[in-house]
Amino acid sequence: MSVVDTQLHTSVDSHVHHDEHHDHEHHEQSFIRKYIFSEDHKIIAKQFLITGIFWAIIGGVFSVIFRLQLGFPEANLEILRPILGGWITEQGKLDQNFYLALVTMHGTIMVFFVLTAGLSGTFSNFLIPLQIGARDMASGFLNMLSYWFFFASSVVMFASIFIETGPAAGGWVIYPPLSALPQASLGSGLGMTMWLISMALFIVGSLLGSINYVTTVINLRTRGMSMWRLPLTVWAFFLTAVIGILSFPVLFSAALLLIFDRSFGTSFYLDQIYIDGEALHHSGGSALLFQHLFWFLGHPEVYIVLLPALGITSEIIATNARKPIFGYSAMVISMLAITFISFIVWAHHMFVTGMNPFLGSVFMLLTLIIAVPSAVKSFNYITTLWRGNIVFTPAMLFSIGLVSFFISGGVTGIALGNSAIDIQLHDTYFVVAHFHLVMGSASFFGMLAGIYHWFPKMFGRMMDDKLGYVHFWITFVGVYFVFFPMHYIGIAGFPRRYYSWTNFDAFSSYADLNMLISIAAIITLSAQFIFLFNFFYSIFYGRLAPLNPWRSNTLEWTTPRLPGHGNWPGKIPTVYRWPYDYSKPNAKEDFIPQHIPHYETVESNLEHEKVLEEYDRELAKESEIHVSSHSH
Amino acid sequence: MTSLLIITGTILIIALFALVYRILALVNIAKGTHEKRVGFSNTVNGFLFIVFFIVGFGAFFWYSGKAEYLPPPSSEHGVITDNLFWVTTAIITVAFVLTHILLFFFPYWFRFREDRKAYWYPDNTKLELLWTAIPGVVMALLVITGLIEWTKITAPAPEDSVQFEIVGKQFNWMVRYPGKDGKLGKYDYTKIDGTNQLGMDFANDKANFDDFIPREIHIPKGKPVKLNIRARDVLHSVYMPHFRVKMDAVPGMPTTFWFIPTKTTAEMRKELNNDKFNYEMACTEVCGNGHFAMRMVIVVDEPEEFNKWVTEQEPWASQNKDYISSLKLKDFNLADLEK
Repeated sequence: MSVVDTQLHTSVDSHVHHDEHHDHEHHEQSFIRKYIFSEDHKIIAKQFLITGIFWAIIGGVFSVIFRLQLGFPEANLEILRPILGGWITEQGKLDQNFYLALVTMHGTIMVFFVLTAGLSGTFSNFLIPLQIGARDMASGFLNMLSYWFFFASSVVMFASIFIETGPAAGGWVIYPPLSALPQASLGSGLGMTMWLISMALFIVGSLLGSINYVTTVINLRTRGMSMWRLPLTVWAFFLTAVIGILSFPVLFSAALLLIFDRSFGTSFYLDQIYIDGEALHHSGGSALLFQHLFWFLGHPEVYIVLLPALGITSEIIATNARKPIFGYSAMVISMLAITFISFIVWAHHMFVTGMNPFLGSVFMLLTLIIAVPSAVKSFNYITTLWRGNIVFTPAMLFSIGLVSFFISGGVTGIALGNSAIDIQLHDTYFVVAHFHLVMGSASFFGMLAGIYHWFPKMFGRMMDDKLGYVHFWITFVGVYFVFFPMHYIGIAGFPRRYYSWTNFDAFSSYADLNMLISIAAIITLSAQFIFLFNFFYSIFYGRLAPLNPWRSNTLEWTTPRLPGHGNWPGKIPTVYRWPYDYSKPNAKEDFIPQHIPHYETVESNLEHEKVLEEYDRELAKESEIHVSSHSH
Repeated sequence: MTSLLIITGTILIIALFALVYRILALVNIAKGTHEKRVGFSNTVNGFLFIVFFIVGFGAFFWYSGKAEYLPPPSSEHGVITDNLFWVTTAIITVAFVLTHILLFFFPYWFRFREDRKAYWYPDNTKLELLWTAIPGVVMALLVITGLIEWTKITAPAPEDSVQFEIVGKQFNWMVRYPGKDGKLGKYDYTKIDGTNQLGMDFANDKANFDDFIPREIHIPKGKPVKLNIRARDVLHSVYMPHFRVKMDAVPGMPTTFWFIPTKTTAEMRKELNNDKFNYEMACTEVCGNGHFAMRMVIVVDEPEEFNKWVTEQEPWASQNKDYISSLKLKDFNLADLEK
């Protein structure tokens, strides 16, 4: 035993020494290598986060501008002229082309730039190495490239907002022929070209990131971290990356074929078109082909934005309810099921597109199956709260909010997934309400919850709780005020992407409800500035964070307050247990972190864990030998 | 000047906000509030979920009772799909309310107390199987009913359907009825021009000569109606909200939808007590800047009225003799049109 001890000391010492040396080397890195072209996963995560926040502000402001048009159709928007210039018509109205551009860009920005890059990019990067016990990602270089492709994509998309003909304006789904023919719409010109270039870059960046996440999770888990001991966050990021790798290339091919149709005269999507006084030569293509390709990504994309949020929530709810997440394996199996099924439901977006109705029946069956694992997840969250000892940190509030949105938005999916019912509801505000709750707001809340929860690890300081509470309650109530009324408007048949409804007698009601939605949207957006203030203020002046502020079990809280390059100054901790040993009977504290071996917690070990006491001792011994053989 | 004022004002407000915040933060540190594991806020937050539940669901049920929905469907399948929708809505509302009772009451009920420990409850296979099975069974029932109806709706239209063609273009709809021969003439998109907007191919199909293009859609009550849908330029989508009808119009790929209207326009006007009521058709697939303005009026007639209306319509060819003669068709003379 004493030999081992000595060994432990020497090895740790030598390692610490080694690492100091290591650190020293990195101090010599230039500012550019350290903060800009960084290969450190934590810096890259922050880069994704800041860029995501930037995009979220733009996406949010866009939505408020078009909500002004929908809520106050009579209002004079002359006041916006200094910002929007020629997009305000001489009558002081929002330009119709620009309205569509705003809707399109709001969707594109929120789905891809905020909830894919901003959410997955931030938390997969930040948490995977820290939670599985790795020094960094499998490839720091590819990881760096991943961010910079995303950055380049952002630059192109951002630039497209300022061009004279405006950004893409065919809806975020960019269905051809509208998106393929510059003469069909103002936004289908240069704006669409830039959209496609930007998305191509985005997909490259996303793939580089995803490949890295998958490789890292498979190969770089620390000793003892079996797949069944992974925190649910890591499971979620892992499966998200798998979905991304399998589906984004299909969007890439769809975009590529569209570029061909636009610029090189091919006819993949175009057939029998007469436009602008001219019959086009294109023939033999299929507009439906694009829709199939698009939704083959488009539907999994829903889970690309949702799964990370659900993973984050699982972790936060367990930690703050001071209870193990209920049904860990059911949660993992549900996520696996969702991952698989997400690939075979895409055509439920296309029930009334002219697709063969038999195909509609098949996709309806498959779609309603995906509701089952989602329901299981919701029940498990609620059961985790039951008889907990709940601490309401802002992160916890946002997580509970997420579960609420996940349910209220999810249940309406059962109506929409039924093709017979979807005939009437397709492309109405009912759909808008559905996906904004279940995918938009839920994922957004997951992202906010993650920021509040891991802020101390990211920046070494605490965010202010009280401001967090205020932020949560205004946002939570606000989101429901924005999206819940849309169900009524949708049931009344109001179509999406309408600049105004007053042309139709059928859609002339609900002016009051639309106004209410717009006001709620403005208030909700304003409340986000409370968060921004809290975020940026706390980075510099927040209270210094304790090492484990939430008394959490996962490995990231075993690192120093501000982990340096390599994350752990000494050896990487070995893992002896799953991450959810909260409030274990007879335990001294209400949490037992993953790196505590069972032989140190004899009093709380369950019957089947008794064997692990000896096993853990072996494991500990083994990791000492392993480390010392490495450091010499 | 105004913008300068706004900017200054905003900056001042932000500065004030920052100052107040800083003072409060310092007071908190002085009081040492942050050292306690949870403060009073924990109870407040837990309680607010209950308040939110009561107020939120109160508003939900109150408003659902007085909301202005569309009038009951005016088509046979619409009655069934509406029923399906409301049954589904009832089921999901129950699920929504029950889960939210738990979700919003547990936080307050099980809020943190220093003297208590959470209950160790990592799993329960029976419970989990149960709540996998229940949604599974409910889902299966909904799927089966939906599937039966969907299959009926999308089955081929009956032989005796009244047929006509709907063409979407930027930014209006055009409709074409077969004339006396009951056949829609063939079209060819290369034949489209400023006059012959639907590309009717007079050279290759004589059936075009009696087709007529009215400004309004007329359909007979109680008869199956088959829509032959196509688009000229980009995607559009035929949407008749009162009939619960929706189908995309796709360039190069004709689509169809058939239904049986059940109430005439006159009957609807009476039912809604609104003399100005009209059935309408809209576009629900974004098609450019005029997307929101593609309105066309639909008139549902009694069958006799409808037949009368059809016989009163003048074929397009008769209205456009100059165009027909400019085609210089060999085996055709203009006098034929007069018949």
